[in-house]
Amino acid sequence: MKSKTLAAALFTVGVLAAPAAQAQTEIQWWHSMGGALGEALNGLATKFNESQKEYKVVAVYKGSYPESMTGAIAAFRAGNAPHMLQVFEVGTATMMAAKGAIVPVTKVMADAKEPFDPKAYLPTVTGYYSDLQGNMLSFPFNSSTALFYIDRNKFKAAGLPPVPPKTWKELIAVAEKLKAAGQDCVYTSGWPSWVHIENFSAWHNVPIGTKQNGMGGFDTEFTINSPLHVRHVAMLGDMVKKGLFTYAGRTNQADSKFQSGECAMATISAGALAGTIKAGKTDWELSFLPYHDDVKGAPQNSIIGGASVWVMGGKKTDEYKGVAKFLSFLSQPEIQMGWHTTTGYVPITKAAYELTRSSGFYDKNPGRDTAVKQLTLNTPTENSKGLRFGNFVQGREVIEEEMEAVFAGKKDAKTALNDAVKRGNEILRKFQAANK
Amino acid sequence: MEKRVVFRSAWLPYVLLAPQLAITIIFFFWPAGQAVWYSFQLQDAFGLHSEFVGFDNFTALFRDPHYLESFKTTAVFSVAVAGSGIVISLLLAVMADRVVRGSVALLYKTVLIWPYAVAAAVAGVLWAFLFAPSIGIVTYMLKGMGVDWNWIIKGDQAMLLIIIASVWKQISYNFLFFLAGLQSIPKSLIEAAAIDGAGPTRRFWTIVLPLLSPTAFFLLVVNIVYAFFETFGVIDATTQGGPAQATQILVYKVYHDGVKSADIGGSSAQSVILMIIVVALTVIQFRYIERKVQY
Repeated sequence: MKSKTLAAALFTVGVLAAPAAQAQTEIQWWHSMGGALGEALNGLATKFNESQKEYKVVAVYKGSYPESMTGAIAAFRAGNAPHMLQVFEVGTATMMAAKGAIVPVTKVMADAKEPFDPKAYLPTVTGYYSDLQGNMLSFPFNSSTALFYIDRNKFKAAGLPPVPPKTWKELIAVAEKLKAAGQDCVYTSGWPSWVHIENFSAWHNVPIGTKQNGMGGFDTEFTINSPLHVRHVAMLGDMVKKGLFTYAGRTNQADSKFQSGECAMATISAGALAGTIKAGKTDWELSFLPYHDDVKGAPQNSIIGGASVWVMGGKKTDEYKGVAKFLSFLSQPEIQMGWHTTTGYVPITKAAYELTRSSGFYDKNPGRDTAVKQLTLNTPTENSKGLRFGNFVQGREVIEEEMEAVFAGKKDAKTALNDAVKRGNEILRKFQAANK
Repeated sequence: MEKRVVFRSAWLPYVLLAPQLAITIIFFFWPAGQAVWYSFQLQDAFGLHSEFVGFDNFTALFRDPHYLESFKTTAVFSVAVAGSGIVISLLLAVMADRVVRGSVALLYKTVLIWPYAVAAAVAGVLWAFLFAPSIGIVTYMLKGMGVDWNWIIKGDQAMLLIIIASVWKQISYNFLFFLAGLQSIPKSLIEAAAIDGAGPTRRFWTIVLPLLSPTAFFLLVVNIVYAFFETFGVIDATTQGGPAQATQILVYKVYHDGVKSADIGGSSAQSVILMIIVVALTVIQFRYIERKVQY
């Protein structure tokens, strides 16, 4: 393992040393956008490079989100970090705590005298990436949220009106009818923790952790064993037992189960829409996540997923200038709109949303604004602004493991969530101790 | 009298040894030493702060029920992989030994050796596809027989899957050694036993197996090391330690906690423990089991 790190470091030295001879200032950008998303991202870099001569942004695909983050950490330890790094939302707290390793975006922009207004972004986006003083620490790039998809064909085949159920009670009633009509996979879900704990909590306006979901300090503790959380996870476990919920896995495995026409309903990322359209096997309809209608304050608003761009420390002033110029370039509403409409990610600035709306895109493509509507349904509260837990990569896995134990019938929901809180808090304490 | 070649030069032996020593130091001792060092540190992901915490990382590990569970998982997995791998390949080798001549035998041997050329990750993906919960062919057949196969949530099925994939990959290696071992047993011994009236089963247990014991012992050591470390690729490509840590063997947990969770201290402490286990296992094997081996 150590030798691998060494090899990665040596490789990085090679990559960074090679282009030094050129006159243009090179800006390295490590990202995790593969396939069609990667092409869209490269398009942005090319467009920027053609727009001016001083700087050249080099976008490098570094594998999955965790892979590029670990790669950058290893490179930083070896003194060769990239200028910009795309980090997924669960890595946010880890990056924020690394004070010497990163430069807040607000500072980068101010130093280079580039305009930057955190208020231009959707409140759920600003909240997720800002410190308590309201300084944006990273640059929001690709944001999504969890949405509820149904396949109207399956509803019609079962003799049901093709309307998405609004509440969990309605969903179960529909699920039972679909099952009785011979539908094998009735409902599936991606990202169990993100959808059924994180977004679920925000949507029902209940806390995920103390201290404003961890935004108020490292001494936060998980509160996901509340009666409402227990009730929801128990309900999911019960649905698995009755064959009403087909568990697909911890990441986006559920996407293909819905897109291929295997499942009738799914709670998956807004980013799965592009693939759903491309597959063309479903008569899909997008709607808000279901909620429990007896909970006061529900539905509130959902929280984001996806990633943001972090600026790494220890670079030259001129290079930071280039970074700031590039981020300004990315902030333009036209660029944002292009990214939103080609990828399916949420338009993260209000201006981009307005521009997309006035262009008539949503009239021609109904449903493409469901995600942004759900994110901005109400003014975010302390419970629905976002979350910030140290080492949440590990914390989320603990939650997912405990949920899987419920789905497998090995634990009851109460025990599982109590265990998740206990184990999760240990991770938080360790993070707190390591980042004093 | 022992015959020895003596180097007259004072430095030549060291020069000749140097490349090997350099490789050993750079790729084995240095990283191992670093692991020991980090196991006593509490460090953030970027290595900005580091604090000496004594045995805290170790005590935290042994307080974690999931770490203790990982020992059990590793034990079950290694015994199953090494045990069934050796038994199956011995069976195949004995049968191949009987048809050792002719082109059919060559085909038979080639096909059996083939899986060894497949990378662990590829083997994992291959079996994961066959057994995929919704699209796998085997899953489809199992469903027909009334078995509800879904290793995404069923831990014991996930375990079975990685055992099958790992054993399948290792059989060729074991097979090669067993076949070579079988072919080096003098035919005269077996013929003599046959003349004395010993049947095939009796001949196998009293002559063939004892003469194969050095090979079997060697394979036991190799297979345990294989199950401990080299099955990483299979697990990473299929279950990634899940569901609910049902397939998280020790080495996968080291990778997971260190690389994915950026917990350098905890992960290093685990690799130090792993090092101690492997040293202990090797000592036990050579001290006690090797005595029963007849060379």
